[in-house]
Formats: sequence, structure tokens, C-alpha cells
Amino acid sequence: MYAIELDRLTKYYGKTRGVEEITLAVRQGEIFGFIGPNGAGKSTTIRMLLGLIERTSGTARILGHEAAKGNTALLAEVGYLPAEVQFYPGMRVREVLRFSAALRKKDCAAQAKSLCERLELDDTKRVETLSLGNRKKVGVVCAMQHEPRLYVMDEPTSGLDPLMQREFYALLKERSAQGATVFLSSHVLSEVQRYCSHAAVIRGGRLLACGSVEQLGHTGAKRVTLRGVGAAPALDGVRSAVPTADGVSFLYSGAPGPLLGALAGLPVADITITEPDLEEVFLHYYQKGGGPHDDLPA
Amino acid sequence: MTIFRHEVRRGRASLAIWTLSIAFLLGVCILIYPEMGAQMDEVGTMFAEMGGFSQAFGMDRINFGDFSGFFAVECGNVLGLGGALFAALAGVQALTKEEQGNTAEFLLTHPVSRIRITAEKLCAAALQVLALNAGCIAVTAVCVRSIEETPSLQTMALLFLAYGLMQLEILAITFGLSAFLRRGGQGVGLGLAAAFYFMNLIANLTERAEFLKYLTPFGYADGAKIVAEEALCGRYCASGAVFAALGIAFAFRFYSRKEIA
Repeated sequence: MYAIELDRLTKYYGKTRGVEEITLAVRQGEIFGFIGPNGAGKSTTIRMLLGLIERTSGTARILGHEAAKGNTALLAEVGYLPAEVQFYPGMRVREVLRFSAALRKKDCAAQAKSLCERLELDDTKRVETLSLGNRKKVGVVCAMQHEPRLYVMDEPTSGLDPLMQREFYALLKERSAQGATVFLSSHVLSEVQRYCSHAAVIRGGRLLACGSVEQLGHTGAKRVTLRGVGAAPALDGVRSAVPTADGVSFLYSGAPGPLLGALAGLPVADITITEPDLEEVFLHYYQKGGGPHDDLPA
Repeated sequence: MTIFRHEVRRGRASLAIWTLSIAFLLGVCILIYPEMGAQMDEVGTMFAEMGGFSQAFGMDRINFGDFSGFFAVECGNVLGLGGALFAALAGVQALTKEEQGNTAEFLLTHPVSRIRITAEKLCAAALQVLALNAGCIAVTAVCVRSIEETPSLQTMALLFLAYGLMQLEILAITFGLSAFLRRGGQGVGLGLAAAFYFMNLIANLTERAEFLKYLTPFGYADGAKIVAEEALCGRYCASGAVFAALGIAFAFRFYSRKEIA
């Protein structure tokens, strides 16, 4: 059973491309990372899921509901944390939380209290006096206090200190363990690697890769670091060479024989061959020209 | 009713300031009437002889020695124009303020239909306009009593009814605009209210521009005409009702489809 199913989801703002033909599926109970550089189309996709904007073509089903403007049945089951959290000035935190709960026609007082305690949020403060991080916490409580089946979080940890980030992810993991689905967009690749089971990479409005985080990281390429050698061997499958303090580091994809043969004639003082770091793989996707079928073959 | 209550609560300060300001000016106008009373014959003759100026404000048609006439022109301008500006602001900000304050994303991702949001915001804005008028009526009643004047209740009721309807029409039209606009609503709302006011002045000056009275809500809220005829003009009111209905219909239709960037 899928919590989110997108099929060739496309959005154009007039002639300007928003996103094109996004197809992905998120299983229920999964923590799914949606990663990509600024302007990649992450927020556009999320806005279509929530019915803030209309899709140009394609379909989007969320928990069995068709994503559309004002689909209240869908919104009742979703907790959304926007990237830039804004509230009505003059209101105290507890008033914002009560207002949000009242809009959902739910009594969320107990959950709100528990979440505020865990996130160390003072609910007596006025929202306009809060720091970015504390405003984010209010957004987190608003998104979680009604215990939705799906959490949609756009850049959730921006502004949160490391301890709070850890607490936030602990909360998400608890909710996920209870069966809720989490769909989060992030720039922070390490947190996607640590907390998400599946992820999709978007760039320039197009989906570049989608799958388990393990699969995405397994490209077939190796990171080779040599000491005592100034340049990478001239060999098919060698790329992304960078000089180090006393040698060179490069990516190699191909059979080991030709590489070992090429290295045999070089004054190699030391050699390390590792799997490339997942962050390195994702950064590759971010870079222009990077894609699932070039430069880092699976 | 959550959004309705939220809107009313958030609009309290603005409502209080506008009501106090307009009611204060109304009160001052009424309280100075007895002192002006002695000179009213001269003032009335002078105003009646000011040609186009008198015509524009309808001062050629009323008796300044009579309190109702004085109230219709002097106090009518205060409540008419002040109330129109308040109604325009309340209407044009009702929906645009969510985007201006970046709270639209928060509000529209809760399980509340856009139709409901629009309806509750409209009701809250209308209540604020009615509350402002109620405050002004109360202050007028107290001040009129204190100067021991006994104006015709029917005339006074017609005047307040006309100002109330005019403000509600402006509210409805600017509410329609607020569904369309993303930014800069205040200037548009205030500008439109001022344009309506001047359209009526122009319509009073020349018969050739009389059609403007069908376009401006000040056409049926012309105090001098109401006092002189003891009635509201049905044709202008009907035209106003059509514009108000169009404004509200546009708001519901457009806001339901609006893209929240």
C-alpha cells in the first residue's frame, strides 16, 4: 500500500517549467527523502501534493485521495511543515497551536503539551518574538499534534540546533514506527542517509533517481586514493580526479584488472579503495550533467 | 466558525481605532451644531450660493438650519467617507493579508475548504463594518440627545441605512479584489473608495455624468438627496446590489482556484 503515488506529475507556470513527469511511490510507514538543489522543484511538488497549486498534468494520489485544491479529507490526514514557517503576529504559541487544532476540529492539548516539552518550546511566548529555530518548533508541533497518517516536511531541520534535530528525528521515527509515513525534502544529505529508508533525487524539475538509500549509494564506482602519485592513471572509467596533499583521488568504475595493471607501473606509496560516500553520490546528482546514467554508472 | 472568530479577534484593534476616530469626529460635528445654529441661516445662504461646490456636495438642496440637513452633509461626509475607507480596507485585506503575511500556506493546509474560508472571512469583515456603524449610531444618539435636538427618526434611520449599505457594497467589491490580488491591496482598496466618492461629486455637478451614480455606492448614500427626498433611490440601490453580488461571487469563484505560490 502506497501513501504517495505520483505518476508523470507535471507543473508549468505559464511557459516556465516547475516540474516535469515526476513519477514515484512512497510506501506507508516509510521515511522518504526528497533531495535536490535549490530551485529543483521540491517545494513545487509538495505544493501540488497539498493542493496549494494545481498540477498541469499527471496524477497525484495521497493516502488514496486525489491531490486537489481544498481536498479537506486529504488535508485532515496530513501534517505539513513548510520550509519557511510564518504565523499570525500577536498570537502566543499556545494560541497558534489551539487555532491549528480547532481548524482540524480536534482536541490536541495533550499531544501539544508533550511535543512542546520534548522540543523545549515555551508556549507562552508571542510568535513574532521567536527565533527561526523556535518558530520551526511551533511548525513541527502544528504538523504533529493531530497525529496524522502522513507527514510532509519541507526542509524540516533548517534552523534547529543539532540536539533538536536529533529529537525531531526521534519523533519522526516513533511516528513512522506507529505506521505513519514521512515525506521530507532536505538539502542535508547526511540526515537523509541516516534517517530515510528511500529517497528520490530531483534536479531541474526532473527526477534523476529514486529508490532505497542503499541502492542510490551503490553506484558500482569505487573511490581510489593513491599516495606518491601526482596524477590519476589514463584509463577508461577514471573520472572526478582531485589532487590530495601527497597524491591523487579519483573515481573508478570498471573491472579491477585494468586498474591494477595501470597502477603496477606507478610509484604508488599507498592505496585505499573504498565505496564512494553517499554524500558524494548525491552531490554528483546535484551537479549539472550528473545523472543516473552518466558518470556514476550502476 | 473558527476562522470567523479568529478574524474578528485579529481585527479588533483596527476596528476600535477606526470606530473611535470616526465616532469622535461625528460627535464633535454634532456638538458644535448649537453654536453654529445661530449663524446657520447665513451659512446656508452662503453654501447655497457657492455654485458647483454646493452642487457637488448637495448643499444647494438642503436647509442647514435643520439638524438633519446639517447632519447629512457635515456628519454624512465623516461617516460616509471614513466608513467607506474602513470597509475598503477590511474587504481588500481579508484574503490578501494571508499571502502578504505568508500565512496562506499555514491556513490552506488545514482541512478547511476554501469556500468556508472565504465565507467566514466575508462574514467577519461584514460584522466589523456593522460594528463600526453601530458604534457611530450610539455616539450620534448620545450627542444628539445632549444638544437636545429632535431630528426625524426616519430620516436619521435612512441616512444610517444608506451609509451602512454603501460600506457593505464597497466591502463586497474590495473583497472580490482581495481574492485576485496578491500584494498591495491597501492602496487599491483606498484608491477605489476615494474614486467612488469623487465619482459621486462629479455626478452631482453635471447631468451628463449622472450615470456615474449607478457605478458608485455614494450615489444612493448622498445625504443631501436622502434628506430632501426622504427615501433612498431604488435604482441606484439595485445597481449597487448587483455590484456587491458580483464582487462576492468573484471572490468565491476565484479564491477556490487561486494558486498559492
